[in-house]
Amino acid sequence: MSLTSSPATERRVAWRVGTVVGVQQETPRSRRITLDVPGWPGSLGGQHVDVRLTADDGYQASRSYSLASAGEGGVIQLAVDRLPDGEVSPYLNDVLAVGDEVEVHGPLGGWFVWQPSASAEPVRPVQLIAGGSGVVPMVSIIRTHVQAGDAAPFRMLYSIRSPADVFFREELAAAESAGLLSTEYVYTREAPPGSTTPAGRITRERFAAALTPAEQEPTVYVCGATPSSRGS
Amino acid sequence: MTHIDGNAMSGVLSELLTVEPTTARSRCANCGDVAALAMALVYPDAAGWVARCRACHEVLATVVRGDGRTWLSLRGMTAIELER
Repeated sequence: MSLTSSPATERRVAWRVGTVVGVQQETPRSRRITLDVPGWPGSLGGQHVDVRLTADDGYQASRSYSLASAGEGGVIQLAVDRLPDGEVSPYLNDVLAVGDEVEVHGPLGGWFVWQPSASAEPVRPVQLIAGGSGVVPMVSIIRTHVQAGDAAPFRMLYSIRSPADVFFREELAAAESAGLLSTEYVYTREAPPGSTTPAGRITRERFAAALTPAEQEPTVYVCGATPSSRGS
Repeated sequence: MTHIDGNAMSGVLSELLTVEPTTARSRCANCGDVAALAMALVYPDAAGWVARCRACHEVLATVVRGDGRTWLSLRGMTAIELER
C-alpha cells in the first residue's frame, strides 16, 4: 500500500523517540531541526507533530510544530520560531544538540493536508498564504508537489519581515525554477535592496492581484499568526 | 484571549481516539452549524483546551489533563461523524 493512497487514519499515530541528526540556523529567530525517528510511518504534506520534552525532575512540556518534510522515510524536519517568552521553543533553538533525543507524536492532522489529484479527478489550483514561520507546512506541501511533479498550478503569497526572514529559501527557489511554484513575497519591515515596492503590510489591491482568482476554485491553505489569518 | 484553529487538537485527542479527530464533523448543539473539528476556534491557554463553535462561539468540547488522567467533555457536539 502506498502512502499517498492511504487515508490519514491508516498511518499509525504514536509517540516515538527521535534523535536529532541536524540543527541549523534557519532565520535570525528560528532553527531548522532534523530528526531520525525509527518507526515513523511517513506523513502527508501539511501534517504536524507534537514534540515533548521531559526535564530531569520529570516535568514535561509539549508543543505542536508543523512538519517541513513529507513522504516516506524515517527522517523528519521541523523549523521552530524562537518565542522570547516560550517554554519549549527557546530550548529547541538554544540548547538542543545533535545526538539529543526528543519524543515526537504524529503524524497528526487530516484537514490541513494536500495530496496530488488522482488521475480521474480534475486538477485544482493551489493557493498558499503564509506569514513568517507559517510557511513551514507549506514547504511540506510544496515538497509533495515537487516530488509528484503533478499538474496543479501552485501560487504562494508569503509575508515576512525582511529578506533575512525567509524560511527554506533554497527549497522555494528550486520549486520556482522548476516551474512548479510562483511566490509573491511581501516584506513588512524591510524590503530587499532595489525593490520597487516599499516594505509594509499588504494592500487590499495587491492582495487581490496576488491570489488565484476564485472562479478557478483554488484549494486555499492559510497559516500564520491568528490576526493575519483572520484578516485574510 | 487569542484562539488557534482546531487542527491543534489533533495530538491531544489522538491519544484518546483511534481515528484522526480533526476531520470529524459534528453538529453544534447550540446553533446547529456542522463543521469539522479543524474549523473550531480553540483556546489552549486555560486549565485545558476549549474548542468553541466557529459560528456561535458556544463551547463544543473541553479537554483537561493532569495527574495521569484526562477529562473529556463533548457537551456541544452532537451527531459526530468520524472516518473509519
